[in-house]
Amino acid sequence: MRYVESLNQALHQVMAADDRVFVLGEDILDPYGGAFKVTKGLSSIYPDRVLATPISEPSITGFATGMAMRGLLPILEIMFGDFITLCTDQIINSATKFSWMYNEQVKVPLVIRTPMGGRRGYGPTHSQTLETLFLSVPGLTIIAPSHFHDPGNLLRKAVLSERGPVLFVENKLLYPKRLSQPDQSGRIGDFFAEKLFGHNKDYPSISLSLVKGERADVTLVAYGGMAPLAAEAAFNVFMQHEIVVKIIVPSLVKPFPLKDVLPSAQESGRVVIAEEAVRTAGWGAEMASQICESAFDNLSKPIERVGAMEVPIPSSRPLEKTVLPQVSDIEKAIYRQVGV
Amino acid sequence: MVNAVESEIRERFYYQMTLIRRFEERVFELFADGELFGTTHTYIGQEANAVAVLNHLQDDDIVVSNHRCHGHYLARTGDVEGLLAELMGKTGGVCGGRGGSQHLCNGSFYTNGVQGSTVPIAAGMAYVEKMKGTDAITVLFVGDGTFGQGTVYETFNLASLWQVPLLIVVENNRYAQTTPLDLNFAGSFVARARAFDLSVAEIESNDVEKLYHRFGHVMKNIRTRKKPHVEIIHTYRLCPHSKGDDYRPSQELEEWQAKDPLKILGQRIASEDKQETERQVCARIEQAEDKVREMPFPTLEKQASHIQVRGA
Repeated sequence: MRYVESLNQALHQVMAADDRVFVLGEDILDPYGGAFKVTKGLSSIYPDRVLATPISEPSITGFATGMAMRGLLPILEIMFGDFITLCTDQIINSATKFSWMYNEQVKVPLVIRTPMGGRRGYGPTHSQTLETLFLSVPGLTIIAPSHFHDPGNLLRKAVLSERGPVLFVENKLLYPKRLSQPDQSGRIGDFFAEKLFGHNKDYPSISLSLVKGERADVTLVAYGGMAPLAAEAAFNVFMQHEIVVKIIVPSLVKPFPLKDVLPSAQESGRVVIAEEAVRTAGWGAEMASQICESAFDNLSKPIERVGAMEVPIPSSRPLEKTVLPQVSDIEKAIYRQVGV
Repeated sequence: MVNAVESEIRERFYYQMTLIRRFEERVFELFADGELFGTTHTYIGQEANAVAVLNHLQDDDIVVSNHRCHGHYLARTGDVEGLLAELMGKTGGVCGGRGGSQHLCNGSFYTNGVQGSTVPIAAGMAYVEKMKGTDAITVLFVGDGTFGQGTVYETFNLASLWQVPLLIVVENNRYAQTTPLDLNFAGSFVARARAFDLSVAEIESNDVEKLYHRFGHVMKNIRTRKKPHVEIIHTYRLCPHSKGDDYRPSQELEEWQAKDPLKILGQRIASEDKQETERQVCARIEQAEDKVREMPFPTLEKQASHIQVRGA
């Protein structure tokens, strides 16, 4: 099954399971079914609970917040993650504040789904990874499944179990990708896979390693759209220099899944964190800081971050490739860690 | 001659308006005495609006208000103690001291302090009632200054498109903080609403009974037709926007003081009844103050489960 199909099925399932679920967004009606087809088929089956909205991100975010406060389970699609900037006031000053600020008299079970990420030549305003802008917002949960996860299952949990607002990030390069789930022997292709529930039982991290039972030389942390690049880099450095990398792929971006990362970081003592956004004040920056606070004595090298260059993401293919982090950038960071 | 029902309503309105007025005046005194800190936006001069609108509400109706919300809150709930405790940051505050003056919640009454943000939220709430098939209507209070926000017009569009049972009460007090309307407002309120095919009307009055009569008609229409309506009340605040930020000409203030809503209604009430109301209101506020002063300040222990403790 493909990533997009998994999400689409989950939306069908939650709408069937609970008539409090409403889906709102721009251009989500059939036959179009959304810019990335994640909402396909929903409006044909549930015409009263699928709302095609005007291009009014600030207000549809507020509208959905109001729905959530009054007992519904709205799912809001923001067509491109770049447009999340337009939703920011409602996310920061309304949806994530109300429960706490009103002394827990209300719940705001709002799920905002949005595609992030580049590598498709969409240019500066349709390619960004902006969830990192929200890392410092109390009360917000950010989930970003990779193709190693079961994205539909994570979405179902976010919609039906969460009591507060969730930003659900879908990397657009993953949409057509086939899911890579562990087989009966616990392997994903060449990797031994393990689910880590150290931080959260609903949103596990996946650990991947080419060698079982051996201490990893480097811990590589990457979520969402960076997961396939991380896997490729880990494979390459093993083939070329027999460097054993343990990859930790969180599905939970915030709160920080430190408990899933820490054991491997402590064991290997060398950590590379790869993300698609810029490094400054980013996810890797915070993760590195938290690792240092808990495991400084175990580290044999400074933690290294791989991320995008600090310029707008260009449209031209070779330029975009230069700006966004590549497999080779991760490999180089790994080599620096082990001194190759 | 007024009949017994009208007389009862008149007394109730006078009591509620006096309660709001004296409460707000007391807020200024408590700030001066150092018993309150933070900020506040009082409702002095606009009492007739809240009282006229909210006395038409049924139990399951929803109210969404703004930074200038004490009057709406008192008219809706009568909860002097919960409001004062909230302002003082005490445990008995309606939001446990977490929200403060402009962030109140009690049942189906909500306020927030960012201009415009409450508008689509209220529309979303009204939509839910429509979906549930209830008779509840949602009443949203906004001011003239909020009309600078684009989300107001996006929501006009949504409300009209989806026909939600929403009453938008625009209290045009003619100033956005210190900026007069003619420096920040082009066109008219009515034309802006009409552009979205919204039902809209305006009224200029500080007479609570006249306003009450008008809103009786407005709200009956919303309830039966399940459609949105915008009603603009051209009014005036007789207090600063917040605390020390009043730069309006004194002649203008004096003109409006002559149209003080409390005075207008007061002319129809016997002076001994007014004195009795004053006595009751002051006693009620005093009692609340005594009680709130005894309350402890909240601690963070209870809140630990909601704080994402780093690394934990």
